Amino acid sequence: MSSISRFLTSRWGPMITGIVVGVLAPVLVKLGNPGNMGVCVVCFSRDIAGALGLHRTGVVQYIRPEIIGFVLGALIAALIFREFKPRTGSSPLVRFLLGMFATFGALVFLGCPWRAYLRLAGGDGNAIFGVLGLAGGIGLGIVFLRSGYSLGRSRPAPTAVGWVMPAIAVTLLVLLIAAPQFGRDAGGNPTGPIFFSTTGPGSQHAPLLVSLIVGLLIGFLAQRSRFCTVGAVRDAILLRDFRLLSGVIALLVAAFVTNMILGQFQPGFEKQPIAHTNGWWNFGGMVLAGLAFTLAGGCPGRQLFLAGEGDADSGLFVAGMIVGAGFAHNYSMASSAAGPGVFGPSVVVVGLLVCVVFGLTMREVKA
Amino acid sequence: MSDIITVDARGLSCPQPAMLTRQTLQKFDKGTVKVLVDSGTAQENVSRLAQKAGWAVAVEEQPEGGCRIVLTK
Repeated sequence: MSSISRFLTSRWGPMITGIVVGVLAPVLVKLGNPGNMGVCVVCFSRDIAGALGLHRTGVVQYIRPEIIGFVLGALIAALIFREFKPRTGSSPLVRFLLGMFATFGALVFLGCPWRAYLRLAGGDGNAIFGVLGLAGGIGLGIVFLRSGYSLGRSRPAPTAVGWVMPAIAVTLLVLLIAAPQFGRDAGGNPTGPIFFSTTGPGSQHAPLLVSLIVGLLIGFLAQRSRFCTVGAVRDAILLRDFRLLSGVIALLVAAFVTNMILGQFQPGFEKQPIAHTNGWWNFGGMVLAGLAFTLAGGCPGRQLFLAGEGDADSGLFVAGMIVGAGFAHNYSMASSAAGPGVFGPSVVVVGLLVCVVFGLTMREVKA
Repeated sequence: MSDIITVDARGLSCPQPAMLTRQTLQKFDKGTVKVLVDSGTAQENVSRLAQKAGWAVAVEEQPEGGCRIVLTK
């Protein structure tokens, strides 16, 4: 077991993780997940928000087992390799807001960095604008990091703090399986508390057990290899360290090859699955997302893996994503296949302003 | 340069431990630099960065958790 761990923490770790994600994500699509959405941390958080009734967009409501698997897979790896370290205290409220704004931006593009790469590997040309925006946002984040930006230090915390997110993940799994219903309204519609889509992307999913096992596997591998789709670009630019970037490149290549084999590679801009063709806001949305993820220290997947290791600040970032997804749909900020939502562009501008204020003002306070 | 410089990178998010270490290594082109970290990720990132810059790396586990990375050149 320790030789596996040594291998995963070596320079090859992110590459192996990237290959596993790149192969399994298109397979999940083949088994039922929405197009180019084998894994999308933000879309799946949005589906979970919908399933919990935080928004009532009927087509995107499902408790995605992949997300549960990410947290619990990372937890298992952290426990085995003695890296489960409950900690908190590094500007939790700011991290919550960064999670919200990252989600607003990503839902204008319609995908997190993971899905941006997966869309590209599926032939969706619109993702080019998303990936360029992501790189731009990360670049902006690097400017702030270089000028001394910091959310301050986390401190070791009581064991119970580290178990909160894993406990939430288990609770979500119970709710997914039990899917409690309190009744129906006069029109015959379910009144919740758990909502599952019967049409649209939310109704499209691979078998529960398959999704959960894939999530657990990716969570385990990524906890060991430190896989991060935002750190990949950040470290390459900032530190000339290409270890994480090799993981993203491996993901792209593996997903492209797998899509070709499965007949899922469809190059073009029009009629791409769960995507719109507004290049400007595909770019703009991801500038906001890339900046917010960089200011928070990592991509949404990485936040889930850290939450599984006991990092309650990352757990709060994840909570911000789920709450943010609720707001994004309730207030017409999320895009649809028709294009950006009514308030999508304005929330990108507001989000960028808020992130710039954080970037300029958040500094470590010396004791 | 005979002073031993200590960098405390405990509790900081990525990429700050590696950035702080790099700043210090660039300031002191030889000597001994000790870096305190409290996560495996930071330990790996700091070690990799220092090795690439030609520093010898020794990792000492700390009794209170985390570790001290001793960099010498």
